[in-house]
Amino acid sequence: MRTTITVNGEARSLDLDPRTTLLDALREHLKLTGPKKGCDHGQCGACTVLVNGVRINACLSLAVMHDGDEVTSIEGLGAADRLHPMQQAFLKHDAFQCGYCTPGQICSAVAVLSEIEADVPSHAGDVAERARLTAEELRERMSGNICRCSAYPQIIDAILDAAGATS
Amino acid sequence: MSSVHDWAAPNPVTTNRSGLIGKPVDRYEGPLKVTGTAPYAYEVQPPSPPAYGVMVGATIAAGRIADVDIAAAEASPGVLAVWTHRNVPSQPPRGAKAHPRSTAGSSPALENDRVSYFGQPVAFVVADTLENAVAASMLVNLTYEADAPDVDFAASLDAAGQPPGEQDVEIGNFEDGFAASGVKLDETWTTPIQNHCQMEPCASIAWWEGDVCVAHTSIQMVKPAQHGLAETLGIDRDAVHLMTRYIGGGFGGKGQTYDDLTLAALAARALKQPVKVAFTRQQMMHGTIHRPATVQRVRLGADKDGRLNAFSLMTWTHCHRSGSFTEHASNFARALYAAPNRLTGHRLVRLDLPHAGPMRAPGEASGTLSLECAMDELAEQLGLDPVDLRIRNEPPVDPENGRPFSQRQLVRCLREGAQLFGWERRTAKPGQVRDGRWLVGMGMAAAIRGNFLLPAKCSFSVDAEGVITVRQGMTDIGTGTYTVLAQIAAETLGVPLGKVVVEIGDSELPPAPGSGGQFGAATAGSAALAAGMNLRKALAELATGDPRSPLYGDDPELVTFQDGVIAIENKSETLAALVARAAPEGLTVEGDSRPAADMREWSTQTYGGHFCEVGVDPVTGEVRVRRMLGVFAAGRILNAKTAKSQLTGGMIWGIASALHEGNAVDPRHGSLLAQDLAQYLVTVQADVGELDAIMLDEVDDKANPMGIKGVGELGNSGAGAAVANAIYNACGVRVRDYPITPDKLLAGLIAKGL
Ligand code: FES
Ligand code: FES
Repeated sequence: MRTTITVNGEARSLDLDPRTTLLDALREHLKLTGPKKGCDHGQCGACTVLVNGVRINACLSLAVMHDGDEVTSIEGLGAADRLHPMQQAFLKHDAFQCGYCTPGQICSAVAVLSEIEADVPSHAGDVAERARLTAEELRERMSGNICRCSAYPQIIDAILDAAGATS
Repeated sequence: MSSVHDWAAPNPVTTNRSGLIGKPVDRYEGPLKVTGTAPYAYEVQPPSPPAYGVMVGATIAAGRIADVDIAAAEASPGVLAVWTHRNVPSQPPRGAKAHPRSTAGSSPALENDRVSYFGQPVAFVVADTLENAVAASMLVNLTYEADAPDVDFAASLDAAGQPPGEQDVEIGNFEDGFAASGVKLDETWTTPIQNHCQMEPCASIAWWEGDVCVAHTSIQMVKPAQHGLAETLGIDRDAVHLMTRYIGGGFGGKGQTYDDLTLAALAARALKQPVKVAFTRQQMMHGTIHRPATVQRVRLGADKDGRLNAFSLMTWTHCHRSGSFTEHASNFARALYAAPNRLTGHRLVRLDLPHAGPMRAPGEASGTLSLECAMDELAEQLGLDPVDLRIRNEPPVDPENGRPFSQRQLVRCLREGAQLFGWERRTAKPGQVRDGRWLVGMGMAAAIRGNFLLPAKCSFSVDAEGVITVRQGMTDIGTGTYTVLAQIAAETLGVPLGKVVVEIGDSELPPAPGSGGQFGAATAGSAALAAGMNLRKALAELATGDPRSPLYGDDPELVTFQDGVIAIENKSETLAALVARAAPEGLTVEGDSRPAADMREWSTQTYGGHFCEVGVDPVTGEVRVRRMLGVFAAGRILNAKTAKSQLTGGMIWGIASALHEGNAVDPRHGSLLAQDLAQYLVTVQADVGELDAIMLDEVDDKANPMGIKGVGELGNSGAGAAVANAIYNACGVRVRDYPITPDKLLAGLIAKGL
């Protein structure tokens, strides 16, 4: 099936097997291997990308469902010579070890800050109050991204830093 | 052979003139990892489009494949090959070595009709796309003759025997000493099967360039992978070029290769096309190794002052039917506490379960979960503070072999940890502290892990721009190898970090044993230092022997290296100018390092103390880790940032062992119940409260020339016990069956009327 997706700002037209996930379309067809496959079942967050600004697990979504969508993968956030502030903060705080969960963590973190900004409620806060940027909120909101290396404390430090808050 | 005394002489790492050693510099490969541009094995782009291989796992644990029907799979769209044991290309028999010095033997895939564990790869499908390969793999139809699997570990303890070549270690007379002790403890703990769950499932891609097989795989050790693949393919070892540049977590589970590599290479040869194969997350659970379950009996006998008189830790564990891997959960205890009468040992039983193998802090991770809780229980019986009990049993020398400790700062770790954590606020009597709905408690545990040094090689090159390139067949599994090698190189040659290139993870580079057992940094780094020293010597001789150099005619021994400049007093020139002029093609030298002959005259370990505060909800049995602190002593630290990350990561693994992780066996099928990351619980972000690790100043000059030791396993040792002890302190319920899940805790809470 012909599908056109705007990936990292560029319209990409693909002829895809309808069974192809968005994750495999990115990794195997567009050679954007930043999004990782940790489970292929929506259980780890390694494949997190932004679709129209909202984070999703790319492994749980078929590519053909995204015709006309805007997808941002880790590659679209920044490059090694012009890092996104979140990428810079992950580097500075050593918020990763093996690095396999990292693109998903960073995409998730960028989206989490927008969610807090937009007052999307979470389990950690009081729904009656405005969502706040705290370590506790971030821990809750980032719990869909597993890091087996367990860089969890460093990830929180990095996000708080990137958000301009102090930990 | 060298002696540890040779290591006492100052070297660039120990003098650290530029201050790069120990500095918390960012990861060398970090920019690639945070931008998603570091290619892991499955992501390496081959020279021509790859085909996709998918493995099919057995659905029985023991028995044989009676019949095979692959017609439907073969007829499925896009399919290029369907293999079972009947038609897989022939491979040398298991263990065969055409090259006597190979570090691994043949490991044939789809070997025969026998099935010896659930999930064993028994068929393989290759197709033009992943979707077609997955679809066809579901059409492979195998018929089995199943045997009833023998997988009940708890029922097999009596059948367990001594692991091959091992004996119990008894010092003094344990039984008599125990009987004569005034205060006694005799309890049994159980730990479950654990899966590594590296975030990157094992994966390989292979293609052939003429007679050479080029393969990228996710592996912690390069040489055994290269040799094993060559033996399996029946080709010369030099005809395998194996690479592993980026590895998405190992934790011991990628210390060996699996059938993904063999099948990718075989299929690439048969199809004359690159082939890539990845385990699915589900396949990882059975198809790769796991940490086996244990039963551990701890007996402690003490006098009323808390001095241990008798001490025993016996471990029962299991491995695969054909294996001999033993989770040595009793070993660490031999060096931890003083006691005149001591008994430790292991019992192993072979079952129809998947292969057991090493997982982060093998031995310590399991064993501290019993002994360090037993010490907590003994302290309560004695009315002593748990920190104090440990200090009272601090041995002056290694309690089993009488060797002096090279360095032992366990007491300092415990004292400083207690102070920093606010341990004095702990209430000894459990169940006394409330915070809203939470019962709050504190616990602590000691950490210990051995230290090792293995032989390794490394090469250093310098080019006409003064750039130093470090080359080594080493790996970085997230441990920071790239970064610490760059630091050692920069410090040794006196160049800025930006002038160092590190190339690792390649079988064509000088061999190093790889990442594992917390020996990586010491082993790889010592060889790097040796190579760096050889390059210094070569450069000094180049300069002092070159009439055009301002250093000409001087004593090469006096040359200094700093800020990219080589100098003798006020005569100097830049490294780049010297090389460009005198060796325009660049210079390359090798160096190697090996253990000193007399290293074993010292008992060399790394140590730590964990302190943890938890909240327990008495209504639901939910446990929250509120705060955790680890204080560690592990020799000189090469990079304060990456070392700390290793330690905090290990501590969080301890939380997982205490609260979350474990896989149960389905006795009907011989399978593991949890087959994905929704069922197999690992610690996630919300499970971790405030958590920090502190590293004490230390130099261990008996460990290696740099005085460093490893930290990768240490953080995990004892961490889970600190959590378990905090739970007991919070609510007075002691669960000795890990993980301490709400159902188990709730039963105890209800029994206590809480
Ligand atoms: S790969 Fe998509 S959530 Fe794990
Ligand atoms: S950095 Fe390894 S899994 Fe997160």
